Amino acid sequence: MGVEMEEQNLEAALGDSVILTQLDKVIGWGRKYSFFLYPFITACCGMEFMSVAGPRYDLDRFGAALPRFSPRQADILFVVGTISHKQAPILVKVYNQMAEPKWVFAFGACVCSGGMYNNYSTVQGIDTILPVDIYVPGCPPRPEMVFDGLIKLQELVQNERSSKWPRGKAAYEPRVKR
Amino acid sequence: MFDYTYLPEPNMVPYLVETMAKIIFIFSMNMGVFAPLLGWVERKQSALMQDRIGANRADIFGFTLFGLVHVMTDALKLLTKEDFIPRGADRTLHYLAPFIAVAPALVAFAVIPFGGQYNLWGHKANMVIADLDVGILFVFAVASISTYGSVIAGWASNNNWSLLGGIRVGAQMLSYEVAMGLTLVGIFMVYGSLRLTDIGVAQENFFHWGIFLQPLGFFLFITCALAENKRTPFDIPEAESEIVAGYFTEYSGLKFAMFWMAEFLEMVTISAVLVALFFGGWQVPFVSHAMLADLFGFLGRDWAQVATMLVHVMVFWGKVLFWIFILMLIRWSLPRFRYDQVMNLGWKIILPLALVNIFITALVMLWVK
Repeated sequence: MGVEMEEQNLEAALGDSVILTQLDKVIGWGRKYSFFLYPFITACCGMEFMSVAGPRYDLDRFGAALPRFSPRQADILFVVGTISHKQAPILVKVYNQMAEPKWVFAFGACVCSGGMYNNYSTVQGIDTILPVDIYVPGCPPRPEMVFDGLIKLQELVQNERSSKWPRGKAAYEPRVKR
Repeated sequence: MFDYTYLPEPNMVPYLVETMAKIIFIFSMNMGVFAPLLGWVERKQSALMQDRIGANRADIFGFTLFGLVHVMTDALKLLTKEDFIPRGADRTLHYLAPFIAVAPALVAFAVIPFGGQYNLWGHKANMVIADLDVGILFVFAVASISTYGSVIAGWASNNNWSLLGGIRVGAQMLSYEVAMGLTLVGIFMVYGSLRLTDIGVAQENFFHWGIFLQPLGFFLFITCALAENKRTPFDIPEAESEIVAGYFTEYSGLKFAMFWMAEFLEMVTISAVLVALFFGGWQVPFVSHAMLADLFGFLGRDWAQVATMLVHVMVFWGKVLFWIFILMLIRWSLPRFRYDQVMNLGWKIILPLALVNIFITALVMLWVK
């Protein structure tokens, strides 16, 4: 079940004769306050993610509270925790299954760069397999850092052009046949 | 009491206008007020219950309206989200399923009275769209149709989790529909009518409200209604820890939102049925129709009726809001039942208790006579 590219980009469909600026702003405004999360949690950073989502730090203030465990309904892929090479194909599959528009949030040092696991079994940063929008380093990052990252992602989404979409599949093929 | 016969009259225009006005009112209440607002209410209520602040960032020119703007951003985002249809899915049925799920919740409102009967300038206004003599049976019949929406969604998605969710919906709805019908037999026996306006009129006396005459029936009915609503603690059809998102796993964007909306509208319908059967419908406690009309007597005969009507309609929606609040309180308090627990509760506890309730009601009615 791959991602089907049915909807063509609006600007391209109009023959590049129209540039959508104000509409992009309104749509960006709508999207940035309505992130549905897909928490892809594999390791200890998950504890910090719970703290971010919980009552004390309250992710819902930014409109990003609803976790959808079906990738079709999610907007942000929250990659939380170490990604091993065994895990990578699963992560990419989840990314490919998400409906456009979608963003990727790298949560913690392991996800950003492999962190302290500088060895053969760990993916040295998920940006080697997925397009990442926001990196939040830290082992684990404090909730304040996560919010800083989220607000920066909101700014990014606000200023996005519709010509960016659709993004398509991740440029990654698993080397080992599973 | 008025006679209810809606025979073709020589002068159809007032009836046509009245019916159109009522349809527009109910439709705008459901689609314009409840469908968007309940998302916000649920969010803020859960935030209150969990000692959080809740959504408050989205603004229009600096006005956040206590997070209400987030409803608009959600709608905008869902509208611009990719509309996904999986490969190998039945395209027609995949498209149709959300509509089948939403429509019944709206249609069921046709027989629910949101006010009494009023004599306005010689025209008898009856605050219900269709005053059917089978009333509540129509609600049951239509509510069963929404089950098809979920089951078809599960089947048409060509996905294991969706199919499992669809089967679970089918099993749960079948079990609880039987019990739900039997819990209300007591109400029919007490009031001697299936017509919801008759039941409403019979509850003019505060101590004749359904909750006092049928306390056991009330608790059984609210349990069954919660199960029919498919929300926590009865959300096994969409159990996230077991089957991803159940029957709407493969739905994205606005079609996914329509299943959501169906859930919210069902909640409104359930609350309205609860109010109509057990909480006196549009009646104000201890204040009868005639007393209210006397109170507004200074306005003149017809305007007094109009004022009474407004009060009754507002009281009805106030009660509905109260019950929505209680249903949400239950949703955010209780964890999910296991599948076998749901089935046991339905078949082994509620069904026998409903039969006992019928028996006791019959005995008491014989004794009173």
